Amino acid sequence: MSSPAPQLFEAEAYVRSPALSEVVPGPVASRAPGQEPAFGAEPILELLHISLSFKGVRALSDVGFAVRAGEICGLIGPNGAGKSSLLNVMSGVYRPQQGSIHFGGRAHARVDAAWAARHGMARTFQNIALFRGMTVLDNVLTGKTLSTRATFLEQALTLPRARRDAVRQREEAEQVLGLLGIAQHRDSVVGKLPYGLQKRVELGRALAARPTLLLLDEPFAGMSAQEKQAMAELVLEVNTSLGTSVVLIEHDIGIVLDLADHVVVLDYGRKIADDTPERVRQDPAVIDAYLGVDHGATGASAGAS
Amino acid sequence: MQFFLEVLIGGLLAGIMYSMVAIGFVLIFKASGVFNFAQGSLVLFAALTYVSLVEREVPAWLALLVTLLAMLALGVLIERVVLRPLVNRPPMTLFMATLGLSFIVEGVSQILWGAQVHGLELGISDQPLEFAQVFVSSFDLFAAATAAALVAGLSVLVTRTRLGIALRAVADDPVAAMSLGISLPRVWSIVWAISGVVALVAGLLWGARVGVQFSLSLVVLKALPVLIIGGFTSVAGTIVAGLLVGASEKLAEVYLGPVLQGGIEGWFPYVLALAFLLVRPTGLFGDAVVERA
Repeated sequence: MSSPAPQLFEAEAYVRSPALSEVVPGPVASRAPGQEPAFGAEPILELLHISLSFKGVRALSDVGFAVRAGEICGLIGPNGAGKSSLLNVMSGVYRPQQGSIHFGGRAHARVDAAWAARHGMARTFQNIALFRGMTVLDNVLTGKTLSTRATFLEQALTLPRARRDAVRQREEAEQVLGLLGIAQHRDSVVGKLPYGLQKRVELGRALAARPTLLLLDEPFAGMSAQEKQAMAELVLEVNTSLGTSVVLIEHDIGIVLDLADHVVVLDYGRKIADDTPERVRQDPAVIDAYLGVDHGATGASAGAS
Repeated sequence: MQFFLEVLIGGLLAGIMYSMVAIGFVLIFKASGVFNFAQGSLVLFAALTYVSLVEREVPAWLALLVTLLAMLALGVLIERVVLRPLVNRPPMTLFMATLGLSFIVEGVSQILWGAQVHGLELGISDQPLEFAQVFVSSFDLFAAATAAALVAGLSVLVTRTRLGIALRAVADDPVAAMSLGISLPRVWSIVWAISGVVALVAGLLWGARVGVQFSLSLVVLKALPVLIIGGFTSVAGTIVAGLLVGASEKLAEVYLGPVLQGGIEGWFPYVLALAFLLVRPTGLFGDAVVERA
C-alpha cells in the first residue's frame, strides 16, 4: 500500500473507458458548463448527529450533512459503510437511536415514510422493490396515488371527478413511461422484465409522484455500460429540468464524481469527507478508506459488491 | 341423475357459505400477513348483536345499521389496539394474539348478550324451488346471491378505487408502498373494517341457517380447508375452493357414506386440504411465498 492507486479516482478515465465510448459516442453524462442549477440557500434535507445500531452493531456513528435544494448529492463509501442504512434513515425505514432528520419544515426523530412522501420525498431501493405482480403502468400509477382528488365514494361510483383523476393520472404516467423509454412495456408484468428495465420502472414510479427530493439507492447496479449511460442522463435530466434534488448512492465512483455537485463519503459508519467531487477525489482519507489502509485490509475493494 | 344434481347444487351452495367466512381471512392476510383466527368470533359477534337487537324490538333495518357500524368500529378498534402495537412481530405472535382475541370477543359477546341460543329469522323462506325437476333450497340461492353481491362490491373497491391499488401495493411490498405515501395503518384499518362487514354478512347467513349460538365461531374451522385449497391470498380462490369443498363433501357423504358408515362430511374437506398441501402448497390461486431477507 505504499503507493495509493490514484487512478481509482480518475473518474473521467473510468467513465470514458474504451468500452463505453464504443457504445456511446459523444460526451458522457456530466453537467455541462453553464448548466449548473441554482442551489437553494436552505437545505432540502439535513441530518444531524445520526447514530444507528442493530442489536449492538454500529451501522452509523454521528453522521450529519445537508442536501441543498436542487443539487445532486452523491453518497459513496466501501461495502458496509452504512450508505443504504443512511438512506433508510432518511426515508423513514429505520429509526436512528440518536440524531434528527430535518425535512419538510420539521425535525424528525424518525421520518414517517408516508408523511415524507406527501411532502415530496420519493425513493428507489437497492434490491428492486417493485410490485411484481402488477404491470409497468400500474406500478407507475401507484406513484400517483397521492395526487388523487376524488373521494372514495366518487371513485367507487366512477363519478366525473374520479374519471378526471384517472385520465390525468394515466396521462402523467404515460409521460413518465415516455421519458424513461419504457412505454412499449406498459402492459408487461413487472416481475418478468429484465433487470435493467425494472430499475427504470422503479425510477418511473418514484418520478410519477413528482418528488422534490429523490433518493436513489444504487440505480446503476448491475447495468451494462450503455444502460448506465442512459440512466445517468436521466438522473441529470430530472435534476436539471425538473429541479428535483437527488441523493445518489452508487458503487461506481466514477459516475458519482461525474454527476454529483456534492459528495459525502462514509466509511465504517462515519463520515470521512463531505465536499465537492474534485476535492473528494484527492482526499487522502477517502483514498485510504477505499484501499483499506486504515483498517489493515488486504487490498482494494472499491466498487466490488 | 336428478338426485346427483340436487346433491351437487346443494353442496355448491353450501360451499359458498364457507367462502364467505374465508374471504374475511384473505383480506386481512393479504394486507398484513396476519392469520386472523378471531374472524369466527367476529362472525358470532355480528350475528348475536343483530339477533339480540331484533329480539329487543329494534326494527330490522335499524338493527342491521347498528350492527354494521359496530362491526366497522370493532374492526378498526382491533387493528389499532391489538395489531398495530405488534407490528413487525413474528407471524406466530400475531396468530396467538388473534387466538386470544377470539376468546375476548366471545367473552364480551356473552357479557353483552348472554349465552342463550337464538333463532335468527331473515324473512327468507326455505321452500325448495324446482328447476327442471331438481329441487334447490331458496335460502341457499339467496345466500349465493348475497355472496355474489359481496364479491362484486369488493371487486369494485379493489379495481376502481385508490384503496385497491394501495391494497395490492401493500400486499406486494409494504416498505415500497410506504415510500409512495401509502399509510400502512390506514390501509390496515380499512381492511379490518371491511372484514368486519364480511363477518356481518357471513354471521347473518350462518346464523339464519344453524341458529345463533357460540359454536358459530367454529365456522373458522370449516373455512380453513377452503383457505388452504384456494390459497391464502386470493378472493377468487376462496370462492372456487368453497364450491369445491362444499360439493365434494356432500357428494362424498352421499356416495361414500354408506361404504364408510357415514360422518364423512366432517373430515373430508381436511383430507382434501391435506392433499393440496402435499401437491400444491400455495393453493389454487395463492401467491408463491417468497421469503426475503
